[in-house]
Amino acid sequence: MTDLVMPPVLLGPLLPTLLVLGAGALVLLLDLSPRPQGKEVLGAVALAGIVGALLATLARWGKSGRAFHDMVVLDNFALFVNVVICYAAALSLLLSVDYVRRSRAESGEYYALVLFTTAGMMLLAAAGDLVVLFLALELMSLSLYVLAGLFTQALASSEASMKYFILGAFASSFMLYGIALTYGATGTTNLDRIAAAVAGRSHDPLFVIGMGLLLVGFGFKTSSVPFHMWVPDVYQGAPTCVTALIATGSKAAAFGALIRVLTVALRGAQPDWTALLWIVAVLTMTVGNVAAIAQSNLKRMLAYSSIAHAGYMLVGLVAGGMSGGGSVLFYLLTYTFTTAGAFGVVTLCERARAEAVEVGDYAGLAERHPVLAAALALFLLSLIGVPPLAGFVGKFYVFGAAVRAGYLWLTVVAVLNSALAAYYYLRVVVYMYMRQPEGAPVTYAPSLAGALALVVALVGIVALGVVPAPFVDLAQAAVAPLVR
Amino acid sequence: MAYAAFFVVAAMAVVSALGLVLRRNAIHGALFLIVNLGSIAVLYQTLGAEFLAWAQVIVYAGAIMVLFVFAIMVLIPGKEETGPDPRRPWRLLALPAGALLFVQLIFVVGRDRGGGGADVSPAGGGVEAIAGLLFTRYLFPFELTSVLLLAAMVGVLLLARRRV
Repeated sequence: MTDLVMPPVLLGPLLPTLLVLGAGALVLLLDLSPRPQGKEVLGAVALAGIVGALLATLARWGKSGRAFHDMVVLDNFALFVNVVICYAAALSLLLSVDYVRRSRAESGEYYALVLFTTAGMMLLAAAGDLVVLFLALELMSLSLYVLAGLFTQALASSEASMKYFILGAFASSFMLYGIALTYGATGTTNLDRIAAAVAGRSHDPLFVIGMGLLLVGFGFKTSSVPFHMWVPDVYQGAPTCVTALIATGSKAAAFGALIRVLTVALRGAQPDWTALLWIVAVLTMTVGNVAAIAQSNLKRMLAYSSIAHAGYMLVGLVAGGMSGGGSVLFYLLTYTFTTAGAFGVVTLCERARAEAVEVGDYAGLAERHPVLAAALALFLLSLIGVPPLAGFVGKFYVFGAAVRAGYLWLTVVAVLNSALAAYYYLRVVVYMYMRQPEGAPVTYAPSLAGALALVVALVGIVALGVVPAPFVDLAQAAVAPLVR
Repeated sequence: MAYAAFFVVAAMAVVSALGLVLRRNAIHGALFLIVNLGSIAVLYQTLGAEFLAWAQVIVYAGAIMVLFVFAIMVLIPGKEETGPDPRRPWRLLALPAGALLFVQLIFVVGRDRGGGGADVSPAGGGVEAIAGLLFTRYLFPFELTSVLLLAAMVGVLLLARRRV
């Protein structure tokens, strides 16, 4: 019998995640209180947990920490992605407080699951080992599958949940198989040690197949073509506040983990995956934008737009290096505020006692609710990439990095795509400002928390658009230790 | 010989996995899954992971499969499960097939005693080795799994409670 030596339990690098998980447990306990009213308290507790995690993350900036045999690596890169995730979760929570009550789907479990999925996202960005990466991905995904089916009375919501679950489980098994083959080829699941093990023999077939399968799993989570089939149905069917979280938080976490795996474990095979991602980026941008043109449902249109934006971020990944990686991180930040804001406006608009999801529902919104219409217009303009909003700066840095890295044609395709995208975003603006409503007009479903979320998102896109430099510098500094 | 055993068992695993996917009848699928889980357990055993092999048999092929079959029979019993079986004579095949598997198992276990087996990890695959890894190197993933299970449980509660 050998003596077991327990590893030192360093909770410092885990503090942000633990705060979120602790708030989740607290929400579950408070939900047991016999009073049926007062679910807002649970929402407040959840929000406090997220804000606490955000503050803890900011406080740890610059203090890189590793724990549990390098299983968790909370470096500046993970911290930056964590900030994005915390904002995404906080905005989603603010939007959901009144939205789920109006839909009679309010429950303590809802807030607990939002916190659990947030914790999964944060760990995903900080995973230094494929085992932790997989578990964090499952924690994030399982909670999201359930949240997508929150409206059990609505067929579309159940369908979204079921599709997301089955396709997600399929993608997870691809990923798991990839992890197993990678372990078989290298004898380790630690990202640093994988890089060391394959140095000089990165064309080992077992390793190539393993990493290919791993990228399939990431392709699903980042909604890249050809693994994007689930996106429109899930984004459309899921409750809108959950859609906002799927579109922003889970995408940020998946991109964070993808960047870490590519730049740390696959450093030696960079020319190979760059060529692969080049094709995927072109496909993702083009399919997303072309399909979005044909949509009449705003949520579905934003779903395809989110696929297209994943393509733009892949352009930054192809560019690689400090400026490429940094531009993707910055893009994630701008995209989170913009997309959460756009979905946020949808949660606040009602027509004939139902959620206003058709583009036609928004006709005449500018006359009846000018502030709401202006907010949605600003978010859509930011998605197009009109200066001086955040979306423009995000695209500017991503495309700039691609040009500097010599990917001129890729940038041309990306810019053409952005121009194409302007059509379907502007169509919504035209409806809001220049069309008269047919039938019942769209009304505002009052929500103080939702309005607060919109204000935060608006401040975000304007601030990031007007003074981007410090944030871009932070993003590049965050990526620097990874790419070396 | 060890290779031959591997290929026989691996072929069984693949065929049973295909059967699970391709059969329309849910019960047949469940039975194929049992064969699949058993074959995988044998593969674990040949690799020297005794504890995993038996945990696989007891937990998956045993406990979880009972739940599967139970759920299928209670929720969606088809005609084939409730009516008379038209392929009764086929049952005679079960005996030689079972015997074959049994002989293989005896063979593999016997070989393993000899210390052989393909690619045995130096730490061994017993309870002690697994526990050692779980509580040292993989302590964090082990703890994280508990959070994952909690989230799954809460999720099931959320989805199931509203159906009634």
